[in-house]
Amino acid sequence: MTSFLNALPSAVAQGLIWGIMAIGVYITYRLLDVSDLTVDGSFCTGGAVCAVMIVAGYNVWLSMAVAFVVGMATGLVTGLLNTKLGIPPILAGILTQLGLWSVNLAIMDMKANQPLNVNNYKLIVSLRYLQDVVKGDRPFYMYPLLTVGLFTVGIILVLYWFFGTELGASLRATGANSNMARAQGINTNVNKVLGLMISNGLVALSGALLAQYQSFADINMGRGAIVIGLAAVIIGEVLFGKLFRNFGLKLLAVSIGAVIYYVVIQAVISMLDINSNYMKLISAVIVAIFLAVPHLRSKIFSGKGVNVKAGKEKNNVKGQ
Amino acid sequence: MLKVNNIVKVFNPHTVNEKIALNGVDLELKSGDFVTVIGGNGAGKSTLLNCVAGVHHVEQGSIVIDGTDVTKLPEHKRAKFIGRVFQDPMMGTAATMQIEENLALAARRGKMRLLGPGITKKERESYREQLKILDLGLENRMTAKVGLLSGGQRQALTLLMATLQQPKLLLLDEHTAALDPKTAAKVLETTEKIVSKNNLTTLMITHNMRDAIAYGNRLIMMHEGRIVVDVRGEEKKNLTVEQLMGLFSKTSGTEIANDKLLLS
Ligand SMILES: Nc1ncnc2c1ncn2[C@@H]1O[C@H](COP(=O)(O)OP(=O)(O)O)[C@@H](O)[C@H]1O
Ligand SMILES: [Mg+2]
Repeated sequence: MTSFLNALPSAVAQGLIWGIMAIGVYITYRLLDVSDLTVDGSFCTGGAVCAVMIVAGYNVWLSMAVAFVVGMATGLVTGLLNTKLGIPPILAGILTQLGLWSVNLAIMDMKANQPLNVNNYKLIVSLRYLQDVVKGDRPFYMYPLLTVGLFTVGIILVLYWFFGTELGASLRATGANSNMARAQGINTNVNKVLGLMISNGLVALSGALLAQYQSFADINMGRGAIVIGLAAVIIGEVLFGKLFRNFGLKLLAVSIGAVIYYVVIQAVISMLDINSNYMKLISAVIVAIFLAVPHLRSKIFSGKGVNVKAGKEKNNVKGQ
Repeated sequence: MLKVNNIVKVFNPHTVNEKIALNGVDLELKSGDFVTVIGGNGAGKSTLLNCVAGVHHVEQGSIVIDGTDVTKLPEHKRAKFIGRVFQDPMMGTAATMQIEENLALAARRGKMRLLGPGITKKERESYREQLKILDLGLENRMTAKVGLLSGGQRQALTLLMATLQQPKLLLLDEHTAALDPKTAAKVLETTEKIVSKNNLTTLMITHNMRDAIAYGNRLIMMHEGRIVVDVRGEEKKNLTVEQLMGLFSKTSGTEIANDKLLLS
């Protein structure tokens, strides 16, 4: 128990970093209505690009900016595979993810791991800073919870603004009803690609932050990222769906969802004293439970209803 | 305003499921024409509208809207000229977006969408006024999600959206067919009001012969991918449902098996 409490700040910080990735997933999964599996690859791409650049002597902010842009490029690839070549979105994402495995290795000079020692470089976040700030060796504003928290708030504010613009609104319309969007003169293909780019840019940025935080980039660091992202989205909706109506707050709920997810996983592992190899299995079970909640809830309350969504749609057709 | 020249549309070409949905359709609409379209199931009515709107591309022929050849233009580019209301009330609006957001999207049809505000205060005021025309009280629910509206309310909203930016052409595909009779009558009334107020060039598909006669200044009947009847002016005004049914069975060579479908 004490070990869990001691690890809590670290777990929350890591959850917040994953939360930025999850906000990226929210954009594709909820706003564009596609499940984009590029994420597992682009998360690592972001970490790898950032780590390699910092080690090569580039400024950390520049490194993160480049990681973001390269992440957008991965989304561009998936988007073009889907819209220009007609490959279904899930498959397009899987193909990009597969290809990125080699690309990510190439970025790290064909090594599976790129160390990023916090003693040698000026990083924005690091696990080390947690103790350093407490001990007084570093200023308070370098406390990772604060840094990543500010990042999250900044990203949410920018997205809140963007999705309120003409372009942002047309992107939401593309996901909400692509027939309607085209009838209103919106190029839905361009918007899909754009959404995938923004999403994967954020995912890569999140990977860049995690590489710094854990002091290395690793070829496996993005494995299962999409599941964590979906978990965060669903947990956020299950817990705060009724409370948060505003778009900005919905994004905040995703971030909190990621923190809760990460903390719960850590708690389960430390309290039950399980071999950490079981972590993926536990993750899958937790995510399955949360994904099932909305379905089971409506099933129990309506007493029947297999396909809740379809049922709802039908009720709306005939009107007065 | 609209010139459709000998268009042919084939679905699933060179397969066993090959279907010639449009088999050489010629149609010319003058500015301000309000044309009703009737015909049996599968006659090609929806396909005609979809080809004009750019949902499908034609195998042959050309489509010109107000002097612009749009035959090769993708759907979203043609939208600049065209307002549309679909048969399915779910199709014309974004359910998860607010009423005012849907209107703001429609107000930007055919315009460049960049980083300007998605909706302005001034727009909101103007939407509030325009929603009053629908007489459904929607002006007091502008931030409600469209998914909360009934089918009839959604069709009326779609109609307003289609005409918020004056279209060169208004395409209505059985837009009242999914509604109960009372709601359908009301939406049709609103349609007439908006069309005549803006003097819109309109193509309206209906399965109701009475409506087809009562509305518009011209009536066309389609059968097996062709226009087989085309009446206008006085002649159309004086048509009776019986005459129309007679024309229908004469041209199609079959009796109307299900007149409920046509009269409802
Ligand atoms: N997307 C499509 N794919 C294949 N066949 C189609 C498609 N759309 C329409 N058809 C066929 O084309 C013919 C005309 O259909 P349609 O234009 O929808 O008729 P209606 O006059 O009832 O609106 C029908 O035989 C229909 O089955
Ligand atoms: Mg039809």
